[in-house]
Amino acid sequence: MPADGRGPIRIIPKLEVKGPHLIKGIHLEGLRVVGTPEEAALRYYRDGADELIYMDVVASLYQRDNLLEVVRRTAEQAFIPLTVGGGVRSLDDFKTFLRVGADKVAMNTAVIATPELITQAAEAFGSQCVVVSIEAIRKGPGRWEPYTDSGRTPTGLDAVEWAVRAASLGAGEILLTSIDRDGTGQGYDLELVETVTRAVPIPVIASGGAGRPGHVGDVIISGHADAVAIAHVLHFNKFTMNDIKSHLLSSGIPVRQAPQPLERAS
Amino acid sequence: MTTVTVVDYLGNLGSVSRALEWLGVEPDVTDSPQRVLDATHVILPGDGAFGYGMEQLREKELIDPLREFIASGRPFLGICVGMQLLLSESVEFGLHQGLDVIPGRVVPFTEAANQDRDFKIPHIGWSFLGEAGGDGDGAGDRPDAWQGTILEDLTVGDSVYFVHSFLAQPTDARHTLAETRYGGEPVCAVVASDNVTGCQFHPEKSGPVGLRILKRFVELESIA
Repeated sequence: MPADGRGPIRIIPKLEVKGPHLIKGIHLEGLRVVGTPEEAALRYYRDGADELIYMDVVASLYQRDNLLEVVRRTAEQAFIPLTVGGGVRSLDDFKTFLRVGADKVAMNTAVIATPELITQAAEAFGSQCVVVSIEAIRKGPGRWEPYTDSGRTPTGLDAVEWAVRAASLGAGEILLTSIDRDGTGQGYDLELVETVTRAVPIPVIASGGAGRPGHVGDVIISGHADAVAIAHVLHFNKFTMNDIKSHLLSSGIPVRQAPQPLERAS
Repeated sequence: MTTVTVVDYLGNLGSVSRALEWLGVEPDVTDSPQRVLDATHVILPGDGAFGYGMEQLREKELIDPLREFIASGRPFLGICVGMQLLLSESVEFGLHQGLDVIPGRVVPFTEAANQDRDFKIPHIGWSFLGEAGGDGDGAGDRPDAWQGTILEDLTVGDSVYFVHSFLAQPTDARHTLAETRYGGEPVCAVVASDNVTGCQFHPEKSGPVGLRILKRFVELESIA
């Protein structure tokens, strides 16, 4: 146990799904198919992922049943926290995801339009399961703007102010994605992460930009991220969970080791 | 024949049920006082506020059956708020009486922890388990006190998943079976007294380590 008592930093594979496929976008566009979401999720679980995030990037109604099925099957086999987001428009959508096995639900577009939905969800289900997803583009020194609809629609808001407001309305965590860095492998937007992390009293999950294990260490040490989401370097098998955690451990960052599996009782 | 009853009174029970199913146990998820009394094992989960949890137990007339079950010596496991409810009282949103099975209080993290921005409240995430009163050394060892308990298969340094803003403080240090640290503070992670155990963390979300805890629990026998 490290002397300062900081526990293992959460390393969270983020799986962007479209129908039955696991996809990965660059700048949240130009989507490429990289396999089935469930297989990848279970592989990451076995390899010591600390949580999982599913984001439905198309989030159309006719594909919703497919995502629910993916979530249901994952929750039956992976016993770690599961966050699901994409196209959550109402408390009913929120509840549907929880019912099939999500532990937390992420919302972006809906809470930009109706911020009170954050409070309603927190009151109905508890803050611990309300994740506000902020997808931001850098607009100038120390200024970032949140976007909705997979980075297509500007909101006119300031990302840091919005994060503070979301926390005060009852969000339990912020999932903070830099659209500029997403899928580029150039490293996280450390300034964005540090600014938001320092501004809000709730945990911030940094997302967008991991190209190598060192980037993950940077966003923990310099960005003070409470947790880190990783997508394409894992999905394209550039690095494994073990590569990343070994690197962090050698940098003095506490991580949770991949545990011995326990097979399903026959 | 083992009947594991999961008490349905507060929040989402699916994850506990799915973990038990993985272990080959079909849980009886119910708010029936009689089925609590008839069980061989009872699990009291819970996400939410302490006061509301007690109110729900009262409304469903579950308080006396739970106390009677516990007094009978059969294995009982509280999880998260279900663990906190085992204590005498909590100060979450006003003072509330608990089941008072384990003397002690449920209190918030201290201001010191609150002000350190590297230690956000709620405490969400994985933390290392250690021996109660231990200094965190001895990673890889199994403390003697864990033998024969739900922590039988664990060693110091195993990590489990927490989500909480309040923590249990048993009056008698012997009721703390395992601790973690957060924000520089020792945090009671597991309470235990005879046939009663409570986990502040979520074993059903703590990967294979958590599954091993639940497996040991369903294998426990009545002490009566």
